[in-house]
Amino acid sequence: MTTYLIKGARPLGGDAADILVKDGRIAAIGDNLSATGAEVVEAAGLIALPGLVDLHTHLREPGREDAETVETGSRAAALGGFTAVHAMANTDPVADTAGVVEQVWRLGQEAGLVDVVPVGAVTVGLRGERLAELGAMADSAARVRVFSDDGHCVADPALMRRALEYVKAFDGVVAQHAEEPRLTVGAQMHEGDRSASLGLTGWPAAAEEAIIARDVLLAQHVGARLHVCHVSTAGSVEILRWAKSRGVQVTAEVTPHHLLLTDACAESYDPVFKVNPPLRTDADVEALRAGLADGTIDAVGTDHAPHAVEDKESEWASARPGMLGLEQALSVVIETMVEPGRLDWAGVADRMSVRPAAIGRLDGHGRPIAPGEPANLLLLDPTSRATVDPAALASRSRNSPYAGRELPGRVVATFLRGVPTVLDGKAQK
Amino acid sequence: MKRHLLEAADLDRDDATLVLDTAAQIDQALAGREVKKLPTLRGRTVVNLFYEDSTRTRISFELAAKRLSADVINFSAKGSSVSKGESLKDTALTLEAMGADGVVVRHAASGAPHRLANWVRGSVVNAGDGTHEHPTQALLDAYTIRQRLGRLEGARVAIVGDVLHSRVARSNVGLLHTLGAEVTLVAPPTLLPVGVGSWPAEVSYDLDAVLPKVDVVMMLRVQAERMNASFFPSAREYSRRYGLDARRMAALPDDAIVMHPGPMNRGMEIAAEVADSARSTIVEQVANGVSTRMAVLYLLLGGSPA
Repeated sequence: MTTYLIKGARPLGGDAADILVKDGRIAAIGDNLSATGAEVVEAAGLIALPGLVDLHTHLREPGREDAETVETGSRAAALGGFTAVHAMANTDPVADTAGVVEQVWRLGQEAGLVDVVPVGAVTVGLRGERLAELGAMADSAARVRVFSDDGHCVADPALMRRALEYVKAFDGVVAQHAEEPRLTVGAQMHEGDRSASLGLTGWPAAAEEAIIARDVLLAQHVGARLHVCHVSTAGSVEILRWAKSRGVQVTAEVTPHHLLLTDACAESYDPVFKVNPPLRTDADVEALRAGLADGTIDAVGTDHAPHAVEDKESEWASARPGMLGLEQALSVVIETMVEPGRLDWAGVADRMSVRPAAIGRLDGHGRPIAPGEPANLLLLDPTSRATVDPAALASRSRNSPYAGRELPGRVVATFLRGVPTVLDGKAQK
Repeated sequence: MKRHLLEAADLDRDDATLVLDTAAQIDQALAGREVKKLPTLRGRTVVNLFYEDSTRTRISFELAAKRLSADVINFSAKGSSVSKGESLKDTALTLEAMGADGVVVRHAASGAPHRLANWVRGSVVNAGDGTHEHPTQALLDAYTIRQRLGRLEGARVAIVGDVLHSRVARSNVGLLHTLGAEVTLVAPPTLLPVGVGSWPAEVSYDLDAVLPKVDVVMMLRVQAERMNASFFPSAREYSRRYGLDARRMAALPDDAIVMHPGPMNRGMEIAAEVADSARSTIVEQVANGVSTRMAVLYLLLGGSPA
């Protein structure tokens, strides 16, 4: 195994230091380190962060390999600075058995670019009728700890209660896609001034907030962990803040696109901006940024959702919801949180690595940059700015909402347990 | 004029007035003529691309194009490659390859004409998209109001009914505001969109209070299916509270007119004696539809051949 000597990087944006990476671990940190035979990585001016962890990725395999595979999605993740991604369960077949989650897990191991951590479905076939074999998935080689019907809400309150209770047995967590389905029949975009004039069926903020309010009460009642996916409204942030103040074991994530974009994007009728939950208002964006800054929102989850061209190049109403996120997530967080001074580099590490790893109960990720720790790292050039070109992305799909937009930050290198998956900004396999 | 007519906001006050004036000139030019045809668009091709059944709008556009001597192709979703699952984009590229100068599109999806406009070089005219807009309906309504009242500036217009799902209402609110009219929307709260407060219109839930104060009352079609989704309790209750019957019509000022874009549900939103009364402009609206659509096609396509 090659030994790497990273010269002059700034861990969490602090003072420059050399980092020696050996046998998959950080062997030493200090000034003017030297190591015979080590490959030197010049990192003057670069920020060193723990490898990012995504709680919310759609890798589309099995079933829609034309949109993404575990391998192409893993490559996109590595280029975005990630060392672990949670692969959502809404594949075809659905990841609702030990067999499917083990298949996804094994494909991730074979790709070897990030740790692919399968999410198990809460209910059989995501149908919201009866629990999937959650224990079998937890006990499988994939060691599933996060369960979600993402794409669908576990809308039945009794079933949600049982799921929250049941996964306590193996320290699992239910990640809820909060959307009251009766309030969002045919919904196309955020319900407000813009949906009224565009004639697109509205997705009311209350449909998200009502489910979050219900679920935090259920989680409190049964003493279980709840994670809320892709929080998108100011009201949701308020409910979460209230629940946390009462000691409810609730965590939440926000997507990069909800931190940056608003429902004004829908005025183009370009379905690249169609996503579920939908892009909201300026006031919601502000509340989400504030919530992420003060920790009410624990994590950034990309909701990376690749779609084939024909599923997006259509009328708005018939297009599938979802947008790419892995390769630009860190850049969007820099643009919306770091550059405005709302989050420092330690804060970025906390929201994009430490806390998501803790929520997913991943042992080797989200660790301090310190001797003896697993060498899951990324090196970032924070000053570099580039215009996003969807054709240049590693994802198999092209549905990036950031096309043509200039964003800051470039991931120069990513290390997964001491092995570079990205060097000089290029994927190593 | 912009190259496409996708929504009322594509027309500023000068453009909209130009369309109405052009329609009036066309009416004059054709009045009393035996051969109701102008040579203006000879050699031009207009495609009527209809993804929704709408006989009246399609034949209105077809007649408009034919009276301008354009070649007209009717491309309906039924019985074409569209029914075999061809995408809107592929259809657009096909029309483009055939050299369509104008594409008149009716589609169930809001925004479909906007998408189409990205993919074709010819002018796109929105003939109704989902619950978004129907700008030529608003033009023909404005033309009809101007014809009957002699003005649009300061005209007080009530639009009554299912505003939430109505593309006619959206286009009329925009265009009538542009032309200086004062619009009041009247509907049960369930049939008004969240966000209607940002529109340039007053809102009322009380038809009886509004009727004495308007010059125009425009009734919208209300589909009985809406009551299954609890937008209102029953057709009878809707009709009692928001239907225009003879008693309510009597509350209108003497010279006020009654409009309806059709097709009507007689006995639901409008009583037969109202629809057939002297105040009703419903038949004129149909005739004016042809003239205003001729004006739109002429102004968008009438330049020298590309």
